[in-house]
Amino acid sequence: MAATSAVLQSEWTKIRSVRSTVWTLALAFLVTLALGAIICAVFNSQWSSMSDSDKATFDPTNTSFFGMTLGQLALIVFGVLVISSEYSTGMIRTSLAAVPQRGHFYASKVLVAGLLALVVGMVTSFLTFFLGQALLGSHHASIGDPGVFRAVFGAGLYMTLIVLFCVGTAAMLRSPMLGLGILMPFFFLVSPILTAVPKVKSVARYFPDQAGQKIMQVVPDSDSHTSYGPWGGIGIMAIWVAVVLIGGYAVLKRRDA
Amino acid sequence: MIELQGLTKRYGDKTAVDHLTFTVRPGVVTGFLGPNGAGKSTTMRMLLGLDNPTSGDVRIDGKHYAQLSEPLKYIGALLDAKAIHGGRTAYNHLLCMAQSNRIPRHRVDEVLETVGLSAVAKKRSKGFSLGMGQRLGIAGALLGDPEILMFDEPVNGLDPEGIHWIRNLMKGLAAQGRTVFVSSHLMSEMALTADHLIVIGRGRLMADTSMSDFIEKNSRSFVRLRTPQQERFKDVMSRAGHTVVETGDGAFEIADSDAAALGELAAQHQLVLHELSPQRASLEEAFMQLTAESVEYHAGGQMGSAPAGGPGAPVPAGMGAPGAPAAPSPYGASPYGPSPYTPGQGAPQGQPGWQGQGAQGWPQQPGQGGQAGAPPAPPAPPAGQEWGAQWRDNSKKKGR
Ligand SMILES: Nc1ncnc2c1ncn2[C@@H]1O[C@H](COP(=O)(O)OP(=O)(O)OP(=O)(O)O)[C@@H](O)[C@H]1O
Ligand SMILES: [Mg+2]
Repeated sequence: MAATSAVLQSEWTKIRSVRSTVWTLALAFLVTLALGAIICAVFNSQWSSMSDSDKATFDPTNTSFFGMTLGQLALIVFGVLVISSEYSTGMIRTSLAAVPQRGHFYASKVLVAGLLALVVGMVTSFLTFFLGQALLGSHHASIGDPGVFRAVFGAGLYMTLIVLFCVGTAAMLRSPMLGLGILMPFFFLVSPILTAVPKVKSVARYFPDQAGQKIMQVVPDSDSHTSYGPWGGIGIMAIWVAVVLIGGYAVLKRRDA
Repeated sequence: MIELQGLTKRYGDKTAVDHLTFTVRPGVVTGFLGPNGAGKSTTMRMLLGLDNPTSGDVRIDGKHYAQLSEPLKYIGALLDAKAIHGGRTAYNHLLCMAQSNRIPRHRVDEVLETVGLSAVAKKRSKGFSLGMGQRLGIAGALLGDPEILMFDEPVNGLDPEGIHWIRNLMKGLAAQGRTVFVSSHLMSEMALTADHLIVIGRGRLMADTSMSDFIEKNSRSFVRLRTPQQERFKDVMSRAGHTVVETGDGAFEIADSDAAALGELAAQHQLVLHELSPQRASLEEAFMQLTAESVEYHAGGQMGSAPAGGPGAPVPAGMGAPGAPAAPSPYGASPYGPSPYTPGQGAPQGQPGWQGQGAQGWPQQPGQGGQAGAPPAPPAPPAGQEWGAQWRDNSKKKGR
């Protein structure tokens, strides 16, 4: 058995030595931060023209995470490429020749990608929150307000889980084109649209992203459901992630490289 | 030591590797020869645990690959396709390999130096030429200083200097007592590098023999003669104790004899000769002949049913087909005697690789007869010259 720390170190070298890691994570950070900042500034300047009911349900914390819907696309690319580039380049053969214990290889890769996503996710969520609140002026929330810290911390978790979901899915699909072609439209279009359709939405709210996003809400919006709470939601997302990661492992274990 | 035991791989209904049983020993270069699609790369992938065998077993020093801890220290492999992420620099590619097996970092610099890639170590391998990519793959194989090395078509894309270099590298590694297993589809290349030869065709073992045996059996000389006085010629030669073989294009061949002596014998009997040329069958042709048979066997049942040896029956040291061809063969079912050709039958044109199933068969190119003085195929130089000449010319460049 190759030493765990050695394989982790190797996976860390792999992940840091390709450009796609830097640009996808930088893009996720910038898009989430910038879009959140813009939307907060707009709300602040348009505050007087908002209806009373809108003002009543205004959620300053969640508003600052508006950019997440777009920023997560870069995270999807990161998560998919981490694993599928091994296949598209043929590197998987070198990797598995070096570490033939496939579970060991896979766990190390998932762990390294997950930890990197966690760090980037937390940095992004906290900076996005503080910048957004600064731009909201007097309508801002404070990190000490009830539920706010949980929402900001949860946003970082959400970003991590999105990445891991994509890693697991890509491990099952093995092709970058297939992985991106399925996951990008799913998270950007299919899931948000289905959540807006009556009846279907009672199912769609159990999709990983919809469930996970619940943790970022501090003030419940008008059509908020109570099927699960913020931690319940992130738990549902975590179950999804566990399922696809196990699926990815099963595929890696069984199929020829 | 690599041991294969009935190793088989099927993709759907296609059998890529068919009951291979052989052993690769340390201290020598073992050539793994077969035409395109013979199953060489598939065999090597199974050896590395990348592909799961359908049945059978392959072990490295008695262990399955997956049981090796830090396998790069046991066995280094160069795979056929570039198994490299092009977006990573050569240095980082080797570094991540080294780290996973706790190989010290300085080995990365050492192997980069060995393969001559130090100058481009910090370049992304995407921009590498075919030969540079190949060198990077070789560097990866050498990284763990392993006792067993496996190279899949290592000369692919290398220039003559590179070919020279890899050949010496492999010989040097074997001389140090290591196991070197190298695949190729070029006999001429193997003749220069390999000490032992394993030939496969369509996934089956065709031969497992020492190189010297192969050369001895397959590069025997013969004399090609042409005369207008055919009947009298055959008479004279037979009476002198020579076995005359008709080639079907109007020429005769006499094995293991001296051209000068035959010329004198002809002169004594006032025979007119239009051609008198000493010939040598090239190893390349011998190899093609050996494997063409497997191709034919598979392609349309022209050879009839399965070779008598059955699957996995290796040819004992020395060469030859794995069993006699069955009924539909133009030569009938019996294995050949000492003479590869049945006199009078002529060489069936358009069936390359048919003539001379036996070990002593001289291969011939079909459809080339006719022109007086033109041998069926250019007489190949004895093993070791054709390629040698090629690299020797270029070896001056060495030492950049
Ligand atoms: N993953 C696969 N799926 C289906 N068929 C395959 C696969 N890999 C190999 N084959 C088939 O198995 C046979 C053996 O292929 P292999 O690559 O091992 O041959 P090879 O001896 O290495 O040939 P070459 O000299 O061209 O490299 C071929 O007919 C090939 O088409
Ligand atoms: Mg091959």
